[in-house]
Amino acid sequence: MLSTTANKEAVESFSEQLEVKGRSLWDDARRRFFNNRAALTSLVILGFVTMFVFVGPMLSQFAYDEVDWGAMHAAPSFASGHYFGTDSLGRDLFVRSAMGGRISLMVGVMGAVVAVLIGTLYGAAAGFIGGRTDRVMMRTLEILYSFPFMFFVILLVTFFGRNILLIFIAIGAVSWLDMARIVRGQTLSIKSKEFVEAATVYGVSKWAMITRHIVPNVLGIVAVYATLLVPQMILFESFLSFLGLGVQEPMTSWGSLMNEGAQTMEIALWQLAVPAAFMVTTLFCFNFIGDGLRDALDPKDR
Amino acid sequence: MLRFIAKRVLEAIPTLFILITVSFFLMRFAPGNPFTAEVAMTPEVMANIEAKYGFNKPVHEQYFNYLGSLLQGDLGPSFKYKDFSVNELVAQALPVSVKIGLFAFIVAVTCGVCFGTIAALRQNTWLDYTIMTSAMAGVVIPSFVLAPLLVLIFAIWLEWLPAGGWHNGATQYVILPVLGMSLYYIASISRIMRGSMIEVLSSNFIRTAKAKGLSMPYIIVRHALRPAILPVLSYLGPALVGIITGSVVIETIFGLPGIGQLFVNGALNRDYSMVLGLTILVGALTITFNAIVDILYAVVDPKIRYS
Amino acid sequence: MLCNLPHSPSRTWYLGLVVAAIFSLVGCGAPSEPGANKQAAVQLDPTKLAADQTLVRGGGSEPESLDPHKISGTVESALLRDLLETLVIAAPDGGVRPGVAESWETADNQHYIFKLHKDAKWSNGDPVTAGDFVYSWRRLLDPATASPYAWYLVAGKLKNAKEISDGTRPPESLGVEALDPHTLKVSLEAPVPYFVAMLVHASTSPVHQATVEKHGDQWTRVGNFVGNGAFKLTEWVVNERIEYVKNELYWDAANVKLQKVRNLPIASPNAELKRYEAGEIDFAYSIPIEHIGRLREERGDEVKTTPYIGTYYYEFNTTRPPFDDARVRRALAYAIDREIMAYKVMGRGEEPAFHLTPSIVKGFEPPLTEWSQMTQNERVTTARELLTEAGYSEQNPLKFNLLYNTNDNHKKVAVAVTAMWKQAFGFVDVTLENQEWKTYLDTRANTDFDVARAGWIGDYNEPSTMLKLLLTGGGSNYAKYSNSSYDELFKKSARELDVAKRAEYYAQAEEILARDMPIAPIYQYVIQHMVKPHVGGYAADPLDNYYSKDMWIIEH
Repeated sequence: MLSTTANKEAVESFSEQLEVKGRSLWDDARRRFFNNRAALTSLVILGFVTMFVFVGPMLSQFAYDEVDWGAMHAAPSFASGHYFGTDSLGRDLFVRSAMGGRISLMVGVMGAVVAVLIGTLYGAAAGFIGGRTDRVMMRTLEILYSFPFMFFVILLVTFFGRNILLIFIAIGAVSWLDMARIVRGQTLSIKSKEFVEAATVYGVSKWAMITRHIVPNVLGIVAVYATLLVPQMILFESFLSFLGLGVQEPMTSWGSLMNEGAQTMEIALWQLAVPAAFMVTTLFCFNFIGDGLRDALDPKDR
Repeated sequence: MLRFIAKRVLEAIPTLFILITVSFFLMRFAPGNPFTAEVAMTPEVMANIEAKYGFNKPVHEQYFNYLGSLLQGDLGPSFKYKDFSVNELVAQALPVSVKIGLFAFIVAVTCGVCFGTIAALRQNTWLDYTIMTSAMAGVVIPSFVLAPLLVLIFAIWLEWLPAGGWHNGATQYVILPVLGMSLYYIASISRIMRGSMIEVLSSNFIRTAKAKGLSMPYIIVRHALRPAILPVLSYLGPALVGIITGSVVIETIFGLPGIGQLFVNGALNRDYSMVLGLTILVGALTITFNAIVDILYAVVDPKIRYS
Repeated sequence: MLCNLPHSPSRTWYLGLVVAAIFSLVGCGAPSEPGANKQAAVQLDPTKLAADQTLVRGGGSEPESLDPHKISGTVESALLRDLLETLVIAAPDGGVRPGVAESWETADNQHYIFKLHKDAKWSNGDPVTAGDFVYSWRRLLDPATASPYAWYLVAGKLKNAKEISDGTRPPESLGVEALDPHTLKVSLEAPVPYFVAMLVHASTSPVHQATVEKHGDQWTRVGNFVGNGAFKLTEWVVNERIEYVKNELYWDAANVKLQKVRNLPIASPNAELKRYEAGEIDFAYSIPIEHIGRLREERGDEVKTTPYIGTYYYEFNTTRPPFDDARVRRALAYAIDREIMAYKVMGRGEEPAFHLTPSIVKGFEPPLTEWSQMTQNERVTTARELLTEAGYSEQNPLKFNLLYNTNDNHKKVAVAVTAMWKQAFGFVDVTLENQEWKTYLDTRANTDFDVARAGWIGDYNEPSTMLKLLLTGGGSNYAKYSNSSYDELFKKSARELDVAKRAEYYAQAEEILARDMPIAPIYQYVIQHMVKPHVGGYAADPLDNYYSKDMWIIEH
């Protein structure tokens, strides 16, 4: 970065922040976001998916755990009421997709929120404070990263029994690690920019510096990465299911449905296609919303 | 720089020590042990087995014994694969995972960076949308769906490639696993790359370069790539560990004798020494790659200094 | 005695698949069985040998060991049947045929004399002698070896086996001696009429003393391994392959047609099936349950199904309410519709089970218990009465946990059974709980469950291999069932030399189980393999003991 332009830019953004404070930053962001058509459409679709997930089960004559020996592996059909077909035990996939969606959306959003909150703050703090604190924080991250996570999971379920909260804890525990490293890296490069130096000269406290100056400047990359995280978390949940910690049958999740579907793709494609379609749609929406957020929050474009 | 490296090496020792200690004791709390089996053994036989592997000693003594042999480079016997030591199993499996992983890594970085850059340059055009849509699909489709799909298409329908096997890493056996493994990373890297490239392209120094009349390819390669690749580097540090230590799903589906299977089977079978050995391996790799990423950071962005 | 479930999901968990497979046979294309050969697509002449006699087999999963004294699973046994040879080996009819022993005799079922083949040799040229068996069996029981199958010879009542295993007597005191290099004398503590049948198990294989002593724990490596089987080990890549080639020194080498066998430890049945369909495997270890319908249509002749000596059941924790009440146990057992379970939920050829011992076990006459003769409707009606009698109703619903280990098939069964209970009673509230394999074993061992999924597979073809399970204090009696008249019957049967008489005792024991219902039998296992039309000679017995030396590759 050439120092003159960077300097100018820093001064600009610095003065802006002095003048307008938080209120207008968010107003501004909201306005930009709602001007982004892809993001807005995604928000609407996501709204429909969310609605389906909560209302869907009421629209069907079947219960999510109702088995039907006469309709095992039945293809989608309006006549039978199995709009999305059935699984290997004749359970209705329309209802199961909706029930599974509840879990998956919760898990995905939860994982991303934990990652954004903890990961961003942790990474920004480590990168900004630097020195010994940074080193200790990063070595801690390395320990957590290398830790045999499966044992942590097995212990959780052994000591605390089965509970959906455990899934959140387990997922929260791993979701923020990558995020923290990425944010720290970004912070390191932002830290050396002039506007930060200027703020320092001005006597801004460390905490304010991190939350007011560093974090808003890394939000772009955070938003992108968070949209990558949502699918990871949703799939991670299906991995937990194999270990016996995930969601317990007869309850289900999109990840588990896809896993079951992947084993029968030659004989009952809808068992894979239905949850996959939901998952892909949802994640595309998250993706566009993420991009929209990134553009809206990017302090440089203001 | 040398001081920085020396410092990181020194820091690695306590880091690994804590990792080993916490993992060692935590594993012992998990229900069952390596020898529990469905057919219950008489207490006498169980006692014989435990004595043979030193499990009859107090846990702290086992811990110090383990540390002792670890210092001599001995990771202990495997409890699951009883005819082999952990050292031998890792030595056999690591090259497999590394080979697949490195190929996947190269493919992922090359394609990811290219796609991300192209999408950023053609932001909001059909090309951008196509690339990003495919990238999103790559992130969303889990490997347990993708890998069987690849097998179905390329091995069973088209009959172009084998459905699995390793055969000492012969080319045709490596292609599908590498593809199955790299797709997710290509997708992630493209997305990260596109995001940061857009940011860099909108910055003033690029505008200045454009104003100077420099050609776009020149600007990209000479000015934009370096700062834009930073977030990808942060992402790659930990990701590379994951890539190299193998994916249990890919290995299982393609029948590859890699690290991923050892790790998961080790954990499920309470093969303590195997899991600990691999934890140390993963820890060492994580520390190394993170250090490399940090150094690369300094190389790519000269403003960052390590005191 | 018995069994280890072949499918320990420990090995196969990942894609959540499981192996429950098992196999077998029926019409294999052996030339000696005319008419059995019904390959559809291409007519192959089973008598014409292909130039390349290499068999590629799915192996189920990576073996834990190739040392017969360290193994306990079926995957390992399948390999050792080719690499080592026991005194007798399994015959396709469920009986035994000569292995290293060319003949054997007993006057009282307590003392046995085995005559060994004079030309039986180790793969290094040494003769296989009676002394090798003496050494090996002592090693199996020696506490220093710590074999997980040490109990096996104890169960066979070999003289002093128990004391040696417990460490109270030296291994040298074992009741086995070499009368001369080719004559082995075995003494038991009491008559065991099925002792010879037990010797089919791989843990009773001989090991080569000089090799074991020279290489210690590493004697099973390629290069070190010395065996007396029809094949000798040439390559071993953990988690990828085990290869062995024909052993020219094997006493019956003239009749061994395969030159090479490649074993691939593919733990995921779905992955294995794909490789089978891609033509990379000739013999698949298992078949994913959801694909069986499609495979029967597309490759009907290649699906080999045989009844297995094993039963899938749910066990009740009889130590605590509500399952200390036999009425509750019976009610739940009655309400399971076994025809749906066997034919629809599983559908590979499984049969409904109303007793622990599968009907196909030699020397077993299935008793016509009252409940097995009812219609399902009658059973459900009776079940409701029983549960009401036990005090459960809409106001006082029966609540409990159903435990199973993580595995797709077990999950499917659990969901189906739960639905049946819900349907039959309305006031039964079941919570499913799956645990990964080792946790599940631990939970069962601690008797910390209400109802748990379980399976039991025999080690030899005789009812005691199953019924031993529920003896008071039995190691694998996780239901903690105890009934002194059941124990007494079992003891009586062990002393009884007359097969018909024994069958009567066993039937009576099953009658007791039907009354007490400590376990609810669900279905009888089947063995199921996919075998390519160009593989000749595959013949399974009800314990899935197949031998590569019997097979060959047909020209194709």
